[in-house]
Amino acid sequence: MADRDWNPLRRVLALPNESRGKTVFMAFAVSALCAVMVSGATVVLRPIQAANRAAEEQARIEALVRGIPGMSELLEATGGTLSTVVIDLEAGRAAEEVTPDTLQAALAEQSNWTALSDGEDIAGLGQRPDYVQIYLLRGEDEEIELALLPLSGAGYNGPISAVLAMQGDMNTIAGLAVTRHEETPGLGGRIEEPGWQASWPGTEVRDASGTVRFAVARGDAVSPYEVDGITGATRTSNAVTRIVRFWLGPEGYGPLVDAVQRGEF
Amino acid sequence: MAEHFNFWSTLTEPLVRQNPVTLQILGLCSALAVTTSLPTALTMAAALTTVVTLSAGLISVIRKHIPDTIRLIVQIVIIASLVIVIDQILQAYLPDISRSLSVFVALITTNCLVMGRTEAFSRHNPPLPAMVDAFGNGLGYSLVLIVIGAVRELFGKGELMGHTVLPLVENGGWYTPLSLMLLAPSAFFLLGMLVWAIRTVLPEQAEALDTVPPPRGEPAE
Repeated sequence: MADRDWNPLRRVLALPNESRGKTVFMAFAVSALCAVMVSGATVVLRPIQAANRAAEEQARIEALVRGIPGMSELLEATGGTLSTVVIDLEAGRAAEEVTPDTLQAALAEQSNWTALSDGEDIAGLGQRPDYVQIYLLRGEDEEIELALLPLSGAGYNGPISAVLAMQGDMNTIAGLAVTRHEETPGLGGRIEEPGWQASWPGTEVRDASGTVRFAVARGDAVSPYEVDGITGATRTSNAVTRIVRFWLGPEGYGPLVDAVQRGEF
Repeated sequence: MAEHFNFWSTLTEPLVRQNPVTLQILGLCSALAVTTSLPTALTMAAALTTVVTLSAGLISVIRKHIPDTIRLIVQIVIIASLVIVIDQILQAYLPDISRSLSVFVALITTNCLVMGRTEAFSRHNPPLPAMVDAFGNGLGYSLVLIVIGAVRELFGKGELMGHTVLPLVENGGWYTPLSLMLLAPSAFFLLGMLVWAIRTVLPEQAEALDTVPPPRGEPAE
């Protein structure tokens, strides 16, 4: 080339491929292009994915209620909907100033979260919201027939979210639906299979003294407080045990459970 | 570019004669894992074909400017980004199938088939032949997945694409499903039989033996 090319891009591209400058340039250019591609796709598609997840969660909760004997009839009789209540975990009763509509805004504020100390934080959450939305199904004379309690905590590969259905006595499990998890497919991932969840109904959570005794067994369940274990998924099983124990313990729904059992709710 | 580029043979050669799965034995892990039913196999096949075609095109466009020292990294970055984009699209529009494919879409990144095409072909050829070649290889992979997926779903569940073909005993029909077909080993057997069948029909595909068994002599005692 006789005259010098002043376009910097063309000058870099004209360098020999093996030169250090061009190697660095190509590395940056390719990474930048790929970064734009990946972030663009993620940002554009996130709302659709979030809607999918919400719809799936709703579908699982509905399937959970329908799967419990006698509940779909009760649901029909009471008008076909579950009542949604935001509860104050600390006090164990319905929150006064927070409603399901304002829950999202309330949880955006750090003051509505409680940090957990290492001893308390068996579910691996780090902090716990003070307000949680639960679903209640009341019978004809207004007593609670079924309570759906959302649970969450650290699993083996990532967070696990689930909904636990408790019978009106707040001690007998009526069913479980896993709404979100990232456990190993085929091993821990089996927590979402109906076959495993079938061992949950009828399991008791607390003994007569009020201690949470629930556990995922190693192997088959042998006591009324246990559900069957999952072979090859000890870490996931232990995580589920700890999540249920945390959420039904004093830091979780414990105060609410006590209030319902005293008939104050 | 100088040579005449045969569009048709580049596209059809990888279907059977140069099939990446049965001849080159590439991309087996995903082929075994996602073929429990036809819909997952089809989605995986479509995802891989898209990724391999687009990455071949992209790499071919910049082939003259990829420094040799970092060429594998550049290829992997491009393939990985395309895989993430495809994965996000599947999660958004086909959430159920995306869940049943679980990690295997993400693992297209490390699928030797994709790397093999970009490294062996796209790096030396202009975009159009590179993309046609990659598309043909994607179709070859898809063909194997569809065959195995169809056999496994048919004999494992008595269904095809979710429609009952063989009525099951438990629903009052006559067919007892082979549960083995839904487990990974059955895919090994089926793939083995497929390779055997193809190499019987096309004996030039059979590899020479690495070692020759010793002649069978008389037993020592």
